[in-house]
Amino acid sequence: MPWDRNQMAARAAQELEDGMYVNLGIGIPTLVANYVGDKDITLQSENGMLGMGPFPYEGEEDPDLINAGKQTITELNRTAYFDSATSFGMIRGGKIAAAILGAMEVAENGDLANWMIPGKLVKGMGGAMDLVAGVGRVIVVMDHTNKAGESKVLRECTLPLTGKGVVDRIITNLGVLDVVPGGLRIVECADGVTQDELRAATEATIVS
Amino acid sequence: MKKVYATAAEALEGLLHDGMFIAAGGFGLCGIPELLIAAIRDAGTKDLTVASNNCGVDDFGLGILLQTRQIRKMISSYVGENAEFMRQYLSGELELEFNPQGTLAERMRAGGCGIPGFYTKTGVGTVIAEGKEVKTFDGQDYILERGIVADLSIVKAWKADDTGNLVFRKTARNFNPPAAMCGKVCVAEVEEIVPRGSLDPDLIHLPGIYVHRIVQGTHEKRIEQRTTRKKEAA
Repeated sequence: MPWDRNQMAARAAQELEDGMYVNLGIGIPTLVANYVGDKDITLQSENGMLGMGPFPYEGEEDPDLINAGKQTITELNRTAYFDSATSFGMIRGGKIAAAILGAMEVAENGDLANWMIPGKLVKGMGGAMDLVAGVGRVIVVMDHTNKAGESKVLRECTLPLTGKGVVDRIITNLGVLDVVPGGLRIVECADGVTQDELRAATEATIVS
Repeated sequence: MKKVYATAAEALEGLLHDGMFIAAGGFGLCGIPELLIAAIRDAGTKDLTVASNNCGVDDFGLGILLQTRQIRKMISSYVGENAEFMRQYLSGELELEFNPQGTLAERMRAGGCGIPGFYTKTGVGTVIAEGKEVKTFDGQDYILERGIVADLSIVKAWKADDTGNLVFRKTARNFNPPAAMCGKVCVAEVEEIVPRGSLDPDLIHLPGIYVHRIVQGTHEKRIEQRTTRKKEAA
């Protein structure tokens, strides 16, 4: 059985170490926060906050307190607020240890595409280009294939890039792969997924 | 030195002209200068170029200036929440320059700090780098981005004193300080103007030197995505 969304998020949470400052993207990456356990992790929201707390209780929403997905959230006793230039200063400056992001395509050289599909509505890259260029480690969490069953783990990206050579690790429903010289290296397979199944679903070069 | 004005319209008097370049604070609908935006709509100033991270929603924030066709060009990082924006953009009525969010924030900050350009690795190897100078520092490629200097900045803060010192609240700070800094003139709308001396000088977020006019008003502060959790049973 491939991993489901929550299992992918739980696997991604294993990447985080005590004391890390981390930025989580929208979608499955947001679920990672549910699986950090006892680890002392500080979540950054790029609209200007370190120490992001959970959603507020009903009736306690504050329009002045949102995350980068524009959702109402809460603060913690460690929270700090700052402006957008300072926020991206810490991102660009490599102070954020890791970003966990979704993707449309990843290539074997670490290229990442997750912001636009030509011919479709273009919403914008938001902070994704800054994050992948700046943070210490970029971890992509996504389904291994698209709805048509085609691999999203490619030799080369076909979509416009968010960043070139920026991805360090890919966590999919089928397993975990690292970007290494010459291609991707299988780190582990999802429970019940064989190496052959993982290879068959991967267009990118896999080096052993 | 009179900085306090009675209404948003009065605070903008003499500052607006067709074809001008405005920098606006806010992230999504959080911390947006909603009263000044409404006053610009009422003034009818057109052919605007607006640098703002987002462009509001159809009926609130900068979106209301799209409805009246007052904006000619947007410089933004994300415009996904606005159907009218997409319609005008796809029909060619509206020009759009996408900037990565941190690049936009730094362009504003730099412009306000007298820095005409800076090198960043954000966007290297992507469409954002097209036509931009690439320079290699210590073996890493960076692209040249320009500082922004706007004709006018419009921002929203929580509190001001009458000298223009500003304090923001929680994540409503966002783009407001860099947007304020990059304007030749900056108008700030606030929830409360307090007597000078009542703000702690150690806790001023933006010094009044950047703020030329202030107006106090009542804000709708609309929530874009209301997300909550249930209280656990005791």
